[in-house]
Amino acid sequence: MDQPLVIVRDLRLQFRTYAGIVHALNGIDLEIYEQDMLGLVGETGCGKSMTGLSILGLVPRGGEIVSGSIRFRGEDLLTKPESYMQQVRGARIAMVFQDPATSLNPLFTVGQQLETVMQRHHPAAKNEMRDRALELLKVVELPDPARILDTYPHELSGGMKQRASIAIALSCGADLLIADEPTTDLDVTVQAQILDLLRRLRETQGIAILMITHDLSVVAETCQRVAVLYAGQVVESGPVDDVLFEAKHPYTRALLKASPKRSSRGQPLQAIPGTVPSGLQPLEGCSFAPRCPHAMEVCSQPPPRASVAPAHAVYCFLYTDAEGT
Amino acid sequence: MNEIAETDRTPEVQVQVKNLVKHFVQRSGFLERNPGIVRAVDGVSFEIQRKRTLGLVGESGCGKTTIGRCVLRLLEPTAGEVTFEGVDVLGLSGRRLRRIRRDMQMVFQNPYSSLDPRMTVLNIVGEPLQTHTSLNHGRIRERVVELLEHVGMSGDHIYRYPHEFSGGQLQRIAVARALALNPKFLVLDEPTAALDVSVQAQVIAQLMQLQRDLDLTYLFISHNLTLVHYISDTIAVTYLGKIIEYAEADEIFDNPIHPYTQALLSATPSLDREFRQQRVILGGRVPDPANPPPGCVFHPRCPGTTDQCSKVEPHLVDVGGNHLVSCHL
Repeated sequence: MDQPLVIVRDLRLQFRTYAGIVHALNGIDLEIYEQDMLGLVGETGCGKSMTGLSILGLVPRGGEIVSGSIRFRGEDLLTKPESYMQQVRGARIAMVFQDPATSLNPLFTVGQQLETVMQRHHPAAKNEMRDRALELLKVVELPDPARILDTYPHELSGGMKQRASIAIALSCGADLLIADEPTTDLDVTVQAQILDLLRRLRETQGIAILMITHDLSVVAETCQRVAVLYAGQVVESGPVDDVLFEAKHPYTRALLKASPKRSSRGQPLQAIPGTVPSGLQPLEGCSFAPRCPHAMEVCSQPPPRASVAPAHAVYCFLYTDAEGT
Repeated sequence: MNEIAETDRTPEVQVQVKNLVKHFVQRSGFLERNPGIVRAVDGVSFEIQRKRTLGLVGESGCGKTTIGRCVLRLLEPTAGEVTFEGVDVLGLSGRRLRRIRRDMQMVFQNPYSSLDPRMTVLNIVGEPLQTHTSLNHGRIRERVVELLEHVGMSGDHIYRYPHEFSGGQLQRIAVARALALNPKFLVLDEPTAALDVSVQAQVIAQLMQLQRDLDLTYLFISHNLTLVHYISDTIAVTYLGKIIEYAEADEIFDNPIHPYTQALLSATPSLDREFRQQRVILGGRVPDPANPPPGCVFHPRCPGTTDQCSKVEPHLVDVGGNHLVSCHL
């Protein structure tokens, strides 16, 4: 657990559009440890999916990483050529997408899709791969795996499709699984099953999971650590219990107050005034300052990192005194 | 028009639904010889009091949207009764149906698809006024500006198109359109499902404010039990086209009786530490409504199922304090 599996430093991603340069990521700092379950949480457009895609080297067209580094087991992935990344993707870093209906190929059976991935990274004899595929479907707890190997995605329910795509992601023994909103399209009872599965896979398969989600309660239920994103920056990160129950950053606090909770039934949900910055202007100072109730003059400067507890970091001027700086 | 005038004495119950049934015929098979019947809504009854909110909760495929649409007669129910202020909605036609539709409006789940991208906000919000009233263009514009201000938006936006707005703003425009004819009753079908939490909080607060200001009655449809609690007075939990539990909102949370409600509550991810430990994870998924299980529709997934459950269909029973449960246990 000591040496992080992935270290992201000062990751900046820009998109060229007709309207101008969109600043999608504005200096992301992250660490993912071995067998970690890190929640990356934020609202639409905060850059959480782009962070995941950047780690995989799958930035969409028009996007350019202008600075920063992504170290995976010590190697900076941003300096590697595409041919190298093809060896990494699937084999060492795998991804599960939000909508299994579109991430699975409708024209091939689950077994064929599993074998395609294995063929690419660990080619073996056909019956050997089939055995391994069967094994994987058991790992993701699909009922009647032998039958499911020969079914097409449309024959499976949403939850089963998501299990199948998790099986594909696990097929080559990746060290890191990036799960981008893996349960957003599922019903709550099925969501509970999938989250439970991911939690157990982390332990049984020894895999680290980066859980990208907009739902703080999903993070509260499944993750050990969390990083809260706002306008392409991490504003607060640390152990889940610290960040969600001792939230420091004004944005994290506002987000928590806007989220429905069972314990605060009867109290009104508190909206966050204002809107998210457009990303067309380069960021100066704290991105949340225009909406922040505690904004000060100094907030026009880039906010410093302040440690409020071991491993709990806040990027905000309010807490610079906490460490005596 | 007489019935409508009479009911202006404001009865307590505004909307009453009795034994609502909606079956869809599924044509499949060679030469459409085996039409399957999808029992989307299978005998649902409830009532909503004036100025109150009923939350309708359930997973996808449980028929909650179909119920909402049948109540407004956007879908023609197969059987059952829907009365609005004492008037039988299903018996109306022509002019009288149009008249009553002014009082009953709907806000849909996805504002990106429920608002026509080629219409300006003025035309979107003003369309019901053009259809149902004889206001001239200038008066319609005044009313649209007023409606936009009601939902917390600037009247300057009337010549803009939907693509110029964010999701939260679009949903406010959809609410403004629903309010254009001064309705008494709104069906809100997952109005915040497409929105971020901070925006969801804005829309929910706005809806609650409007309910107080304009004396509205709501049917709030959602899959999110925690959210439904914020806005609802009473909650009905639906499963496979049936209401399986109905009670005051607090009662559902404090004392859920039906195993499905308990499972739903425990499956809902929670931000509260105290609710995190207890967890019942249901196996399986919602059965196909074209082929519902015999007896209690929930028994194949129920942790406490008995012999009786697979044979005899339970009915809603009052267990005290207007708390209705449909379960043998």
